Amino acid sequence: MDFDLIFKIAGIGILISILNTVLHQAGKQEQAQMLTLAGVVIVLLMVVQLINQLFTAVRTVFRIY
Amino acid sequence: MELLPFVGLGMVATVLVLLLREERPELASLLSLAAGVMILLLLMDRIATVFNLLQQLAFRAQLDLLYLNTVLRIVAIAYIAQFGSQICRDAGESAIGGKIELAGKILIMFLAVPLMLVILDSVLQLLP
Repeated sequence: MDFDLIFKIAGIGILISILNTVLHQAGKQEQAQMLTLAGVVIVLLMVVQLINQLFTAVRTVFRIY
Repeated sequence: MELLPFVGLGMVATVLVLLLREERPELASLLSLAAGVMILLLLMDRIATVFNLLQQLAFRAQLDLLYLNTVLRIVAIAYIAQFGSQICRDAGESAIGGKIELAGKILIMFLAVPLMLVILDSVLQLLP
């Protein structure tokens, strides 16, 4: 099992919050907003793959076809 | 000890969620969702073993496998509905969580109605 995903998500979150602060200080509010959106989309893609894995496992274990 | 990975994963994820919650609440709730999914995925092997045992017992008791499969489906619906509604509640959306629970309850009732009809039929046969 890969525990890396937890650390990956947390790392992306910390990185994005730091970059967000930098962009806000530089007065680029729109790009900070876009950065937030991109981060959420990337993390959401990873989490959706994990959820798909879980649902496939549940289908096989509980014999729901 | 087989419990240790679960406890370790949960504690590490809790600390990371606490770290992220002030700055990025949306990523914090995604992180807690990922941690929950990982714990459930780790548990799946054990759940499969338990269900295989249950199926062997049902086979030995010459029970109809249809009934056991219905029970298994109901258990799966209950687990997954509870999981989803807890995630929604954690993110502060208790209204959506309540709707997920309602959907779970209605699907369970939908699956249980044929079994209730079978019970009613057998009761009616017992009556003179």
